[in-house]
Amino acid sequence: MAGLTDLTLAEARDKLAAGEVSARELTEAHIAAVEAARPLNAFVTETPERALAQAEASDARRRAGEAGVMEGVPVGIKDLFCTKGVLTTAGSHILDGFVPPYESTVTANLWKAGAVMLGKCNMDEFAMGSSNETSYYGPVENPWRRPGDNRSIVPGGSSGGSVAAVAARIALGATGTDTGGSIRQPAAFAGVVGLKPTYGRCSRFGVVAFASSLDQAGPITRTVRDAAIMLRGMAGFDPMDSTSVDKPVPDYEAALTGDIRGLKVGIPKEYRMDGMPAEIEALWQQGVEWLKAAGAEIRDISLPHTKYALPTYYIVAPAEASSNLARYDGVRYGLRVPGDDLIDMYENTRAEGFGAEVQRRVMIGTYVLSAGYYDAYYLKAQKLRTLIARDFETAFDDIDVVLTPTTPSAAFGAGEKSDDPIAMYLNDIFTVPASMSGLPGISVPAGFSDDGLPLGLQLIGRAFDEETVLRVAGVMEEAAGFDRRPENWWATS
Amino acid sequence: MSLDKATVLRVARLARLKVPDDRLEPLAAELNNILGWVEQLNEVDTDDVPPMTSVVSMKLRWRDDEVTDGGAVDDVLANAPEGENGFFAVPKVVE
Repeated sequence: MAGLTDLTLAEARDKLAAGEVSARELTEAHIAAVEAARPLNAFVTETPERALAQAEASDARRRAGEAGVMEGVPVGIKDLFCTKGVLTTAGSHILDGFVPPYESTVTANLWKAGAVMLGKCNMDEFAMGSSNETSYYGPVENPWRRPGDNRSIVPGGSSGGSVAAVAARIALGATGTDTGGSIRQPAAFAGVVGLKPTYGRCSRFGVVAFASSLDQAGPITRTVRDAAIMLRGMAGFDPMDSTSVDKPVPDYEAALTGDIRGLKVGIPKEYRMDGMPAEIEALWQQGVEWLKAAGAEIRDISLPHTKYALPTYYIVAPAEASSNLARYDGVRYGLRVPGDDLIDMYENTRAEGFGAEVQRRVMIGTYVLSAGYYDAYYLKAQKLRTLIARDFETAFDDIDVVLTPTTPSAAFGAGEKSDDPIAMYLNDIFTVPASMSGLPGISVPAGFSDDGLPLGLQLIGRAFDEETVLRVAGVMEEAAGFDRRPENWWATS
Repeated sequence: MSLDKATVLRVARLARLKVPDDRLEPLAAELNNILGWVEQLNEVDTDDVPPMTSVVSMKLRWRDDEVTDGGAVDDVLANAPEGENGFFAVPKVVE
């Protein structure tokens, strides 16, 4: 039933509500699509039986007159979210066989809202990567390819499986997590919508930790409206997360009024980097024109510390990662590789269990936190972070939202950047500043590169002002009229 | 600052990562490349800037000091590579 997998999340919700389709039918169609799309490697674990059981329970709830905001909607879950009784790997060998005895708050919220789990989405190992090539479970393929060229394109990362599943129309939405761009960058590469909410908006409880002062969960969907619906199903105060913010969750969909007249949009000059491809520059200008035509005021702004955000990130994030990943010791869960004594067992387990990029970051983090270097690196980076956040604070005195490209290029070919860590890190150059400042950001599919791959534009808003971000994103989506879809080259049945 | 082989080995020990000898040199080069790139932060005068401690202005909450959970030994041990008699088991550490 291809028709059912072509629906947007909002359309599916409305058809379910009208009784035109059951959660079971919708779920069966998606399970079949997931199976047919195995060549994409978007899922580490498929959970069809659980999905059908959840769908039947959803249909029963609806008959009883109880429907949540995600009632009956089949979604993919990034394999960084702990799911009770279902293998959770974080894309790493070191979590071999780990079956969480508890549920993350975000997924628990989704199930409470009626959502159905299709499975666990593949991702870069411990969310460290921008191409989904660091997963122990193998790379994910981007459903998009350059027209007339059958070479593999990366889906971006780290939420690569999530964006591939949504772009390939095998899930109506998927959860992602974003530490430096891991929702927005892959969303841009796969031509879908990716929203990183304000730090503290979605609970981190039960999300495998990478860099705790940056990690934030958010929705990946095909439309802005779908992102608004799904965020409402994910967000909420959680006493189990000490940085969760106790604010009511608004009806984000109600913010999509389509009216941005008089709204002030900032264009930061520091994002106009040397060597920016003409197609990215042109797309950005196009975005400016769209918003201007819709009645927004365009303001040039300055975020002077932008160029320091990425190197700052590559101190803060590895430092926090080296601390968070200390827990993988071969004792309490996952892989154990024997050794001559306890320390030897630790060292063998971690050397075999972590991939090259994770080991590199753990080493960097350990070094910058080590005695004698803490002030020169970590403290320095935390001071830079204050300056980066202040840049935004000052800018938001005069504007309501910032418009930038999401990425400095379209998606690249598999293997093209895996030899050069810094070239890979540069993918996040436009997404990291908002992460460092805890601000909400969204990537909206807005156009195509010269070689026919999707490109995204990013909107960044004030803390906890996801509503304005979504409202402007909705207007931009409408103006962009992004209606191409990847050709189905992967179907096996 | 440039890392030599000995420093890489020391950091690897601190990080509890076994790095074979022939990997020390290439790893030193990779790490130096990254550390060299982050040195650009020294261009910025941060003498009077406070380090960020919380990205969203918030006061950490208090909670009552009471037992809210527990008695889940089986759950805790369910994923252990080795568990015995309600404990995690590790290689012998006392001779």
